[in-house]
Amino acid sequence: MSSEVEAGARTEAVAAGARASELDAPLPTKRMLVNLGPSHPAMHGTTRAVVELDGETIATCKLDIGFLHRGFEKSCENVTWTQCFPYTDRLNYVSSIMNNVGFALAVEKLCGLEVPERAQYLRVVTSEIHRICDHLTLVGAMGLELGAMTVFLYAVEGRDLLWDRLAELCGARLTSNYARVGGVTRDLPDGWTDATLRSLDRVGALRDEIDGLLSRNRIFTDRTRNVARVPRDEACELGFSGPCLRASGEPWDLRKAAPYLVYDRLDFDVPVGTNGDNLDRYLVRIEEMKQSDRIVRQCLAQMAPGEIAVADVRYVLPPKPQVYGTIEGVMAHFKLVMEGIQVPAGEAYGYTEAANGELGFYLVSDGGGRPYKLGLRAPGWPMLAALPRMLEGGLLADLVPTFDSINMIGGEVEQ
Amino acid sequence: MAKVVIDALLERFPGAVTGAAAGPGGDDVAFVERERIAEVCRFLKEDPALAFNVAPYVTAVDYLGQEPRFEVVYNLLSTRRSWRVRLRVKVPEADPVVPSVTGVWRGADWFERYCFDMYGIRFTGHPDLRRLFMYDEFVGHPLRKDYPLRGRQPLVAERGVQDVYRGPGPAGRD
Repeated sequence: MSSEVEAGARTEAVAAGARASELDAPLPTKRMLVNLGPSHPAMHGTTRAVVELDGETIATCKLDIGFLHRGFEKSCENVTWTQCFPYTDRLNYVSSIMNNVGFALAVEKLCGLEVPERAQYLRVVTSEIHRICDHLTLVGAMGLELGAMTVFLYAVEGRDLLWDRLAELCGARLTSNYARVGGVTRDLPDGWTDATLRSLDRVGALRDEIDGLLSRNRIFTDRTRNVARVPRDEACELGFSGPCLRASGEPWDLRKAAPYLVYDRLDFDVPVGTNGDNLDRYLVRIEEMKQSDRIVRQCLAQMAPGEIAVADVRYVLPPKPQVYGTIEGVMAHFKLVMEGIQVPAGEAYGYTEAANGELGFYLVSDGGGRPYKLGLRAPGWPMLAALPRMLEGGLLADLVPTFDSINMIGGEVEQ
Repeated sequence: MAKVVIDALLERFPGAVTGAAAGPGGDDVAFVERERIAEVCRFLKEDPALAFNVAPYVTAVDYLGQEPRFEVVYNLLSTRRSWRVRLRVKVPEADPVVPSVTGVWRGADWFERYCFDMYGIRFTGHPDLRRLFMYDEFVGHPLRKDYPLRGRQPLVAERGVQDVYRGPGPAGRD
């Protein structure tokens, strides 16, 4: 009898043990394929990500791009050098003047042209204002993606203030079309400097507000620290540039390493991160906005009145009285408009530090008025290519903030 | 500036590196024999005195009417030394194949896919050589000079839907 009770107790114990291990047993899960994009409000531009999920973890990620491809290079090969400028506006449309300046510098490198000092200052001032706009967009969107809507509204207010100033200068908020081969299109309007300084003060206050709301915010730092880490060597090998490369710890800024325009006369620091994660990429941007603010103020103080374009009718349209009054003026105007700038035959690679990193133009000229080849090295391109590598093993919820932290702009990456 | 680099290349790869010259703005340019580009790139990256650590910007040019027709251009950068050098590789139309440098820098991946997409140049040893911007059914290569500016493409049949896991619930439910 007792042995029977014992046996019964044993079976019960065995059954209980089996239940316990069943609770611990891993559930038979299936990997799930989720398609994000191409038309999804959180996928900036139109990028499609096919994500294979293991629970909430990203097992594999595949990117499919090209939905915004407009044939930038093909279009540019079929118009004159000057007509390329509106196309370059539409690359990184948040900071279009940087694209204008980058392209103008590349063509000037091929022509061996030096632009007047005031034009150089104007290019730096407008570029740095646009750098602040670009970083504000990123920082605001990053807050938005992690649930901080307020930050986005502050950032957009600051961005629009600066865009208003640029609209006074070049007539458009986004498609600035400001630089030209040999100089810039317009000089500063009356009272612009004071208005810009006031705008910068307001933008600085907004930036500090954002900084205060996010940088030491527990939720924000927990969600961004050690997410999508890219070590320094890997960042180089993957071809990173700009803030993303500096966030990984590589102190590389073309404005310091290969100074162009008047950057060698300006006093500014290059912020460098250590960890290469989303938080560092955010912090580098916050600091860069402060430095750009410094640069703009220094430039506005240093600028002297002068010419804003070279006085060479082979590159720049002659002044209107000359066009209407002299035969040489009419001829120069006609030839520039109809045939375009005759850029000497050859090839060159011009590079500048745009908001996202190295913006390069590889130009080939056959000596005619149109580019034979215009190759664009978009700064966001290698970063987007590296995105699957950064995401794999992370959480699905971190995909969109990471996507934002590399600041992929469809206009430039997908050309 | 980077004359040192060109000299090192000429010394290490006599015959494979030719036509070294300074381009406009002081760019250092050299032509490299097609078969040895990956080897030259590996040397540039791994030699500690040169340390071309950043993935290059790779692009291609179509010199229609010249022989060889294509050219693949590598814009290399060393952040350690602050040097740049540009390597140009001539590629004939009949056999548009170049060794891939993705084994040297992983970041060259999409640039090579772009060259394949736009110019039809194939890279041997590339892990995933698909079109980058265009769709798979696209006919031709749009940046070739003989591709028309307003070229039309044939209509493509709808692709089949991949069999995906639908999650729990009655089968066939929409």
